[in-house]
Amino acid sequence: MEDGTVLDVRNFSVNFGILPAVRDVSFTLRPGETLALVGESGSGKSVTSLGILKLTPPVPFCRIEGQALLRTRKGAVVDLVQASAEEMRGLRGREAAMIFQEPMTSLNPVHPVGAQVGEALRFHQGLSKRAALAQAAELLDLVGIPDARRRLGAFPHELSGGMRQRVMIALALACEPVLLIADEPTTALDVTIQAQILELLQRLQQKTRMAVLFITHNLGVVAEIADRVMVMYAGRVVEQAPVRRLFHAPLMPYTRGLLRSVPRPDFSGAEQPPLEAIPGSVPDPLAPPPGCSFSPRCGHFSPGLCDSVAPPLTHAEPGHLVRCARWADVAGAA
Amino acid sequence: MSTSASPVAAAQVIRPRGPSAFRRFARHRLAALSLVLILSLTLACIIVPPLLPFSDTEIDIMQRFAGPFTGPHLLGTDPLGRDTLARLLMAGRISLSVGFSAMAISMVIGIAVGLYAGFYGGRIGAILMRFVDAMLCFPSIFLLLAISAFLQPSVGSIIMLIAATSWMEVARLVEAQIRALRARDFAVAARAIGANDRRVMFRELLPNAVAPIVVAATLNVAHAILAESYISFLGYGIQPPTPSWGNMLENAQSYLTSAPWLAIIPGAAITLAVTGFNFIGDGLRDALDPRQEAR
Repeated sequence: MEDGTVLDVRNFSVNFGILPAVRDVSFTLRPGETLALVGESGSGKSVTSLGILKLTPPVPFCRIEGQALLRTRKGAVVDLVQASAEEMRGLRGREAAMIFQEPMTSLNPVHPVGAQVGEALRFHQGLSKRAALAQAAELLDLVGIPDARRRLGAFPHELSGGMRQRVMIALALACEPVLLIADEPTTALDVTIQAQILELLQRLQQKTRMAVLFITHNLGVVAEIADRVMVMYAGRVVEQAPVRRLFHAPLMPYTRGLLRSVPRPDFSGAEQPPLEAIPGSVPDPLAPPPGCSFSPRCGHFSPGLCDSVAPPLTHAEPGHLVRCARWADVAGAA
Repeated sequence: MSTSASPVAAAQVIRPRGPSAFRRFARHRLAALSLVLILSLTLACIIVPPLLPFSDTEIDIMQRFAGPFTGPHLLGTDPLGRDTLARLLMAGRISLSVGFSAMAISMVIGIAVGLYAGFYGGRIGAILMRFVDAMLCFPSIFLLLAISAFLQPSVGSIIMLIAATSWMEVARLVEAQIRALRARDFAVAARAIGANDRRVMFRELLPNAVAPIVVAATLNVAHAILAESYISFLGYGIQPPTPSWGNMLENAQSYLTSAPWLAIIPGAAITLAVTGFNFIGDGLRDALDPRQEAR
């Protein structure tokens, strides 16, 4: 594992029985860095994030393969894939934490929020109930909940969605993890609240230097917070690049399709080209097309090339990876 | 942007509460009435017997078959001249304690089995739940009678018997609840901060299933009282001279025409207690229904 990385994921795969949900994903994360993981529903982005913490649903025959090396705060390197259930419990919450999409359901409706936030502190730092509550109040204050001390006794249903997501963030960050996995944390929120939450996450990240793996399908959010972007399609990484590069010179036709399907704030009025949808739909994971999994929907499809061999992930430029047999032609056509 | 602790609407401080669960329960007239009735019945069984002028085992041959409201014996006497009221209340002690204890034991077994099967699922869960199904296939009254015929009847063994034949419904209920709750985000979120299985089960999942469990517990008491009455009525349960509502009925059988109060009085006690618990169960079901809570 390279020095100065927090998370090094290598050839990571998750299979549900014969169904490959995530195939051969590799990436690294440095302290203070935000990697956005983008893709449509079913592309494997959530399974990747859950799989790294081994929180995938307990279905039979769920297999996780590859490596996910995490450097803990003390500098020890642990392979999360090989770690025992006991070790994972010690790591979750303390070294790596997670926040979820739906703040309505990710807090337990029967416990006051203060106790829920304090819980991680009690597991990992052995704090007393009282000390944990005191610290929970500070955390709630930190995530911008006004009058935090009085809110300790509030139940989740008494808070709004944005407030609940703030509580979730406080809960996840209670033990100052080195890695935060955020699984679409703003998708269920109003746009104005989204902006507040993103801002909060960035502020906290600057403070704690944690690495963030940010899963989203919202390209606007990506532009806002990410340092690097990884695009997934049908369980595979199809493009990975620094955020500017990805927005300005996308190479994979799928990424280009994604970018063309949303309005760009940097084009005004007449400059805005008409929005285009990507034709077709995601392939059946049990019957993937031969060769490149995007080939049936691709405008640059070349018979004999794209439908024979699955293209490898190639370095188009330093730091810019693309999985496309024709990326050079695609780049030229733009 | 360090001032991002942006002002969030202060209106949220006001708690949007509907009527409390207690108020909703009280509005269910029959349930509230039943609660009062069951409480007074229980209290009467505990407090009144020592205050009565007659003990439940005091035989007075001169006073046999005294009718209710005719002399010093308020509710009359039985064929041995024992005071019916004293016997009714002492029997109530037995019947109610059998009901509550059997409920408590069957809840513990049912919750344990349901929680384990629902949380872990898989092969062990399937085996447990098929065992529950198999147990449910037996008509419980025959099972009760068959087993009690082999056992030395005593209050303890009757409690164990009833508990052993009434935990399955609870196990099913809890299993279904936990299976549904297990996949909810907050269970995954709890694991994501490092909670172990036991903590997720008992702290995150079980408290969310409390409402149906409480309802089931109430109905279970009614069922246990009824079951004890059956067994005692058929002579396999609580043995005389210890009275229970069931064996009082059994004794009354031969005198149904000449001394009908001997059957009517314990019969009424059973009916009131059982319907009372059933109504309380209904009321609790309505009061604890999460859909009615302001969320």
